[in-house]
Amino acid sequence: MMNTGALYTWRKSKNIAMLLLTGTSLLLVIGVLVLILTYTVSKGINYINWDLLTEMPKPVGESGGGMANAIVGSAILVALGSLYGIPVGLLAGVYLAQTERGWFARSVRFLTEVLNGIPSIVIGVVAFIVLVIPMQRFSALAGGFALGIIMIPLITRTTEEMIRLVPSSFREAGLALGLPRWKTTVSIILPAAFKGIFTGIFLSIARAIGETAPLLFTALGNRFWSTTLDQPIASMTVFIYDYARAPFDDWNQQAWAASFVLIVIVFALNLIFRLVTRKTYTA
Amino acid sequence: MNNKTDERAGQQDGSPAARSFSFRGLIRTNPGDFIFENVTRFFAFLVLALVFLMVYEMTVQSLPAIKEFGFGFITSSDWDPVNNLFGALPFIYGTLFSSLGALLLAVPLSVGVAIFLSELAPGWLEQPLSMLVELLAAIPSIVYGLFGIFVMIPWLQSDIQPFLMEEFGWMPLFEGAPYGFGMMAAILILTIMILPIITSISRDVMRSIPNSQREAALALGATRWESIRIVLTGSKSGILSAALLGLGRAVGETMAVTMVIGNSADISVSLLNPAHTMASVLANEFAEATSKLYVSSLIEIALLLFVMTLILNAIARAIVWRMTKRYSTAVA
Repeated sequence: MMNTGALYTWRKSKNIAMLLLTGTSLLLVIGVLVLILTYTVSKGINYINWDLLTEMPKPVGESGGGMANAIVGSAILVALGSLYGIPVGLLAGVYLAQTERGWFARSVRFLTEVLNGIPSIVIGVVAFIVLVIPMQRFSALAGGFALGIIMIPLITRTTEEMIRLVPSSFREAGLALGLPRWKTTVSIILPAAFKGIFTGIFLSIARAIGETAPLLFTALGNRFWSTTLDQPIASMTVFIYDYARAPFDDWNQQAWAASFVLIVIVFALNLIFRLVTRKTYTA
Repeated sequence: MNNKTDERAGQQDGSPAARSFSFRGLIRTNPGDFIFENVTRFFAFLVLALVFLMVYEMTVQSLPAIKEFGFGFITSSDWDPVNNLFGALPFIYGTLFSSLGALLLAVPLSVGVAIFLSELAPGWLEQPLSMLVELLAAIPSIVYGLFGIFVMIPWLQSDIQPFLMEEFGWMPLFEGAPYGFGMMAAILILTIMILPIITSISRDVMRSIPNSQREAALALGATRWESIRIVLTGSKSGILSAALLGLGRAVGETMAVTMVIGNSADISVSLLNPAHTMASVLANEFAEATSKLYVSSLIEIALLLFVMTLILNAIARAIVWRMTKRYSTAVA
């Protein structure tokens, strides 16, 4: 009797101890994450100003200046990536959603996962080999090529998932009306999944715009205004990287402000995705 | 021709198999379907071709280094661009040390958070917390690096590392000087960065365990923790694959690590010393590599990194697929 009581107390206290431990790990993790977020945001808000968004970088040693060229450069790079990343990702996703079986679909699905897991710096190395070596110089094209590869697996996966979420009665209704399969897909299924697919593309843009590693030796960076595609081009992330390592306080502050801008963009795109997909499909 | 015979066959014996066969035959005659299917198949093929192109290009470009150093590339620790001597051991060591260290810290924490989210948290709390964790996975790596340089490093340098040296300096793990920049900073920043992915996958896995298991445990008089143990046992392989995916992320993580690890091609067991990883040496030296052999050696490192993450991801995927199969058949 006593023994059972002791065992019971032991189990009870072990229970409390372990539950406390999970609670502690939650507090620790959330604490660290909230710290990073609030720190970056508050520092960034402190240092952000209109010049940062509209001015060009000043020569070394002078304070002030901004990253107007880097903002435009990032936009150009992402646009270049989207140019082939979106069609390839989208249509491959449509194919996978329609084709469940077979070794081909299975291996494409697997390689999409592989592509998603490849470190972005390795993708940069490939872009270097494919474009920088033959062209003999760093260029916006090579950077855009790298970003496109990064976008493809994300778009393919969300497209496939979003199409699969469309109820099969939609497909059956189309076929019952005598539509051929492709027309059912194009005029019924895709419009029904449009919101999810579209915001999935947002998500891949968010990922591409935050990438630094694949740009270091493809787009390289540029302290001057350049929109030429076969020349090195500036980007917000490389701007942050250079300014964070610079020995000037003023530059470091600009790095904080720039990463605030970056976080706002990335979070906005992510939130849109989450809100839209939840509204459409969890109901 | 074919369709007609099929249709007739369907009419004659009326068996479902024959009818469905003729239906498929009819659909295939639509030229639109043929074009549409093959266009989308072509783009799916592009994804496949892209991966093979990547492997092919990297292999071809690293051939000079492979020919020059052979297997010694992996076992030699001489990295001397001036004399054209290249050995990748310091970087492989640094990558393994930093990512396994990060995994060691991140897995218990992530599983703790996942338990809380899936088993204990009330509904109103669970949603926002999950969302917070997932949003943090979206923060660009460069921002973590910035945080590392300006917040974590000064803190390590002035508070943590002097303390560790004082108390544990007799251990080889804590020998050296409190630079701030070094292996310890890299491990900590990697830990933070892989927490979200391990947490969210582990949480999903635990949630997929049927409620009946928890109820059965509780009905037998188990405490809350004992019922969680049951859930954990069921999700063991899922948590393993989450850990492998996290490891894959840590191995390939570049910017944040490059910014805090101190970049030195020395092999050291001390957490305080600066080091290098495969990804960080690429980020640091690729743009400036001059000789052909230098570039080729760096590309071989990229290839090794690719193979490493490929293996990790493939194992993790295989586990997930086997698990989902098991559960879907169990439900059916």
